[in-house]
Amino acid sequence: MREDAPIDEVNRLQAVFYAVQECVRSALGSIRSHRMRSFLTMLGVIIGVASVICIVSLLQGLTRSVMDEFQGFGGNALQVHSHTSREDWLIGKWNRLKPADLELVKHRIAGISNVTPMSGLNLPGGVRYGGNTSGAQVFATTSWFQLVNQSYPRLGRFVTDSDNDTRRRVVVLGEKARTDLKLPENSIGTFIQVGGEWFKIVGLMEARGDMFGQSLDNYVVIPFETGLALAGPERQPDMNIMLTVDNLDAVDDVTSRITALLRRAHKIGPSDPDDFKVQTSQSLTETIQRVSGTITLVISAVVGISLLVGGVGIMNIMLVSVTERTREIGIAKALGAPRSFILMQFLIEAMVLAVIGGIIGIGFGWLLGVLAAKMIPHFPPPAVPWWAVVGATGFSALVGMLFGILPARRAANLAPIDALRHE
Amino acid sequence: MIELRGIGKTYQMGDTELVALADINLQIARNEYVALIGPSGSGKSTMMNVLGCLDLPSTGTYTLDGEAVGGLSEDQLARVRNRKIGFIFQSYYLMPRTTLADNVAQPLIYRGLAPGVRRERANAALARVGLEARTLHKPNELSGGQRQRVAIARALVGRPDVLLADEPTGNLDSKTAREIMGVFGDLHRDGMTIIVVTHDPAIAEYCRRVVRLHDGRIVEDREQAGHA
Repeated sequence: MREDAPIDEVNRLQAVFYAVQECVRSALGSIRSHRMRSFLTMLGVIIGVASVICIVSLLQGLTRSVMDEFQGFGGNALQVHSHTSREDWLIGKWNRLKPADLELVKHRIAGISNVTPMSGLNLPGGVRYGGNTSGAQVFATTSWFQLVNQSYPRLGRFVTDSDNDTRRRVVVLGEKARTDLKLPENSIGTFIQVGGEWFKIVGLMEARGDMFGQSLDNYVVIPFETGLALAGPERQPDMNIMLTVDNLDAVDDVTSRITALLRRAHKIGPSDPDDFKVQTSQSLTETIQRVSGTITLVISAVVGISLLVGGVGIMNIMLVSVTERTREIGIAKALGAPRSFILMQFLIEAMVLAVIGGIIGIGFGWLLGVLAAKMIPHFPPPAVPWWAVVGATGFSALVGMLFGILPARRAANLAPIDALRHE
Repeated sequence: MIELRGIGKTYQMGDTELVALADINLQIARNEYVALIGPSGSGKSTMMNVLGCLDLPSTGTYTLDGEAVGGLSEDQLARVRNRKIGFIFQSYYLMPRTTLADNVAQPLIYRGLAPGVRRERANAALARVGLEARTLHKPNELSGGQRQRVAIARALVGRPDVLLADEPTGNLDSKTAREIMGVFGDLHRDGMTIIVVTHDPAIAEYCRRVVRLHDGRIVEDREQAGHA
């Protein structure tokens, strides 16, 4: 009989593949035959993954909606702001954009419109009304700011070009600034103090709510020229210059022309770096994406710890399963299963359990996100990014493998005769 | 092909030392049909474990098909079991959740064979024991005798050097037992080496050679005439 026995020469890599295939098959079979128990085992992983996916999807949805808002004012929007390099900062130099820069950009660059300066003022005395003070940010800007900020007055009007030209002392209040100053709903015509001077309220902005726990309504707006006058010639504030490029294709061209113009004006040597930055709305969205990415990562890491708890559940049931299947392991060993095969079989079973739990968790988390977004007013719909799906699945597999090691080792180390005799 | 020299096996049971086998010398040639017989406690189970490379002897040397088994690692022993030995157990030891074909193909998984090859050989082995029509059934749909046939098919599928049967008819009625022993007789005629471990003298009657164990020693080793 031996004489005609075929020589079973097999490719090692292929053999490993068939072994893995068989292990997955047997793992699925064993999960199917204990449906309820398998589900309960996965529950920890399901809850862990679901919470990660839920939070990530809400956060991503929020980011997307913020970015859409930015894109609302167009890919043709540019923003110029000062930039202080680390080297300058170390020698105490603090770079700023000056009103002269604004004039230069306005008059020397062709093909642009809506040139809007915006200064955040830090005025002594702050914003006051009677005995109440507000920590509101004071913006000095012009009318186009409404478009940039995507917010409009709910009552009264915004600052106008005429306010600006005549340096009128008028102010528009954000909702939070109004409530902090304990002003009535309609307080148009009331005078408040900004930086020690009296300003007349001409408009009240619509409320925008909170983002990441920060009020978006804690600001007051005064005309740009008024702000400059208020700060005085000695303490000229830094400013941002916002503008739109008339022709979308010219964005890069305008960017380089502004760069060249300001470099010349600031007398920057050919090998020295810019002391300002020209940002497109694209680079702005990139910044937002980066920030939200960091937050997502931190939250995922924290919630991911709950997955480890799910892993302990898997380990527990796998240990029970090894005891229950001792006879089966004994048979496999008697039939010639090497240690490594038994080890792999139980590792893969733990991983399959965890991965199935992860996939259920992804679906469940997405559903939870949709429900949560529906329940919170004004919340954007959630978005599950592909990397969260891949990451959650991969991490589940890792958890399964990690917590499968102990049970799998126990199974692999059983002596064949003891395992066979096991009742 | 099988050579046991001075084989001894002792177990430590608390303070006392239990001698299961003592100074066993035995040679079994290719295509022999041997019954290992003895009452319970005679050491025949230990003998079966040693012969099947499931356990290593405490003393002595065991050579199987020219290979000294004593110095092998656990995985090397697994390989020897997989390639050279076909086991048949009293309680069949089939996997209850898988089909007959998958049960029979199980030893081939550990050889790294492709699923298609495994299935083909498993079906051939099942055909050999007359179960070709039921390859996709589960073990619990079969009678005891049929289950033991499946176990025989599983033992044969890897084309081993020796079949090692441990009380193969212990759970069967006498008629079915006769059928199973008939299968063994056919396999022996085809050239297979068969060792049957049993306490039942009636079963031993089927074999060509009877080795009787008592208290861990061989007390009788005789050829039986008149069997085909």
